[in-house]
Amino acid sequence: MTQWSGYLGLILQGALVTIELTLMGSVLALIMAFLAGMGRVSRFFIVRAIATVYIEFFRGTSIFVQLFWAYFVLPFAGLSLTPLQAGVLALGLNVGAYAAEVVRGAILSVGREQYEACTALNLGRWQGMRHVILPQALLVMLPTFGNNAIELLKATSVVSLISLADLTFQAQVVRSQTGSTLMPFLSVLIIYFALALMISWGVRTLERRMARGLDGVRV
Amino acid sequence: MPAPIIKVDAISKSFGTFKVLDGLSMQVMPGEKLALIGPSGSGKTTILRILMTLEKIDGGHIQVDGEQLYHMERNGQLLAADERHLARMRQKIGMVFQLFNLFPHKCVMDNVTLAPMLTKGVARAAAEKRAIELLDMVGLADKAKAMPAQLSGGQKQRVAIARALALSPKIMLFDEVTSALDPELVEEVLNVMRKLAAETDMTMLLVTHEMGFAHDFADRVLFFDRGRIVEEGKPDEIFRHPKQERTQSFLKKIIAAGHRV
Ligand SMILES: Nc1ncnc2c1ncn2[C@@H]1O[C@H](COP(=O)(O)OP(=O)(O)O)[C@@H](O)[C@H]1O
Ligand SMILES: [Mg+2]
Repeated sequence: MTQWSGYLGLILQGALVTIELTLMGSVLALIMAFLAGMGRVSRFFIVRAIATVYIEFFRGTSIFVQLFWAYFVLPFAGLSLTPLQAGVLALGLNVGAYAAEVVRGAILSVGREQYEACTALNLGRWQGMRHVILPQALLVMLPTFGNNAIELLKATSVVSLISLADLTFQAQVVRSQTGSTLMPFLSVLIIYFALALMISWGVRTLERRMARGLDGVRV
Repeated sequence: MPAPIIKVDAISKSFGTFKVLDGLSMQVMPGEKLALIGPSGSGKTTILRILMTLEKIDGGHIQVDGEQLYHMERNGQLLAADERHLARMRQKIGMVFQLFNLFPHKCVMDNVTLAPMLTKGVARAAAEKRAIELLDMVGLADKAKAMPAQLSGGQKQRVAIARALALSPKIMLFDEVTSALDPELVEEVLNVMRKLAAETDMTMLLVTHEMGFAHDFADRVLFFDRGRIVEEGKPDEIFRHPKQERTQSFLKKIIAAGHRV
């Protein structure tokens, strides 16, 4: 029994790494999503072009390949990353590309009349975006952002391939050390599921708080 | 005699191949209250949107408060206006829309204070003080903390008026501001406009189907049809003794539809 609790400790350590990856990857993904999503609706061609290339490239290639590049190929360009850094980079850029399309769609979903009210009130483009369009678009983005974050959580397991000791990696370790398959894999199943539930719940709470007073007009 | 505050000179505007405004010219004097009437699709909204810079013109010139709206003079040359020039010109003009266009995620107070704080650098305290005065003027001082979704259409439109006034424009444009309202809410908005007309020397351009209101409110009435001003004159001339056949038939239809003239 004490032996099992030791192994459970290993798995929980892995869970911490997974949580860390998910949080940091989500932050990077969020930043990339807003940069690229707003870039896609920029009035400057070059900005739109860069954003489009980024999005298409990271959606069009697999997260495995992106991770291998971040970890194994970047060092040849003089950029050596720790496994954690490489994981965060690959996950953030990958999921950020998907979420960028969410940002773009949400910005475009805000009615033309809101943009016109901004013009009539003489708000600059950025002022209108920042104070009028984005706050309304955010409410449209949130549910899909929740899905993106769960996708990112599930994708974190790829880092076990570059020997980062995340949840999946630790489950393999425990399995090879104990010969038991059910216990480690059942624990990680439950932990992944619990983490996904927490993300869902957190996003829904945020959504409810932000929608307060809007009377469901924009949800 | 003072100079006109708005001088529209032979402007044209097309949407695709459809010519909405065709060589339209008009002048508005400072402080004048102008009613724009005419059948649906005659270009009334378009001319207001052009003045608010929501729509570009294809040809012609517009002068507002002594300056070109869509052009800038540089070394004696007329160039197309850039965003900076447009932003400066917009300070002179405010607009109220048919569907209010309030910001649904901001409370009434924030709707009114946002633009003065952002575009004029007014401090929050000063902006809120002014907002309370304006909300008081439109009879909504007690709704400062309400969200737009909690208001009736008439209340929303009064907030929209206060929001536009908060920037102290010299010219206000009203585009069918009561058309989207339930009949019993129309009067509360019209009352605010009467008050504005009586208490300020703002120049006001009003597109409306409320002929009775236009009659009492306006110094001058312009009758639009197919992108042109067919007839203009004092309210009594237009409403009691229209000269043009098209004006007569339009007014007849409006009366038949149950509007008071
Ligand atoms: N953005 C647009 N695209 C195409 N046609 C338009 C657009 N805006 C207005 N129109 C057309 O221009 C004409 C004049 O419209 P408008 O100025 O709104 O008329 P009014 O306000 O007098 O009813 C109408 O026939 C309308 O369908
Ligand atoms: Mg109209």
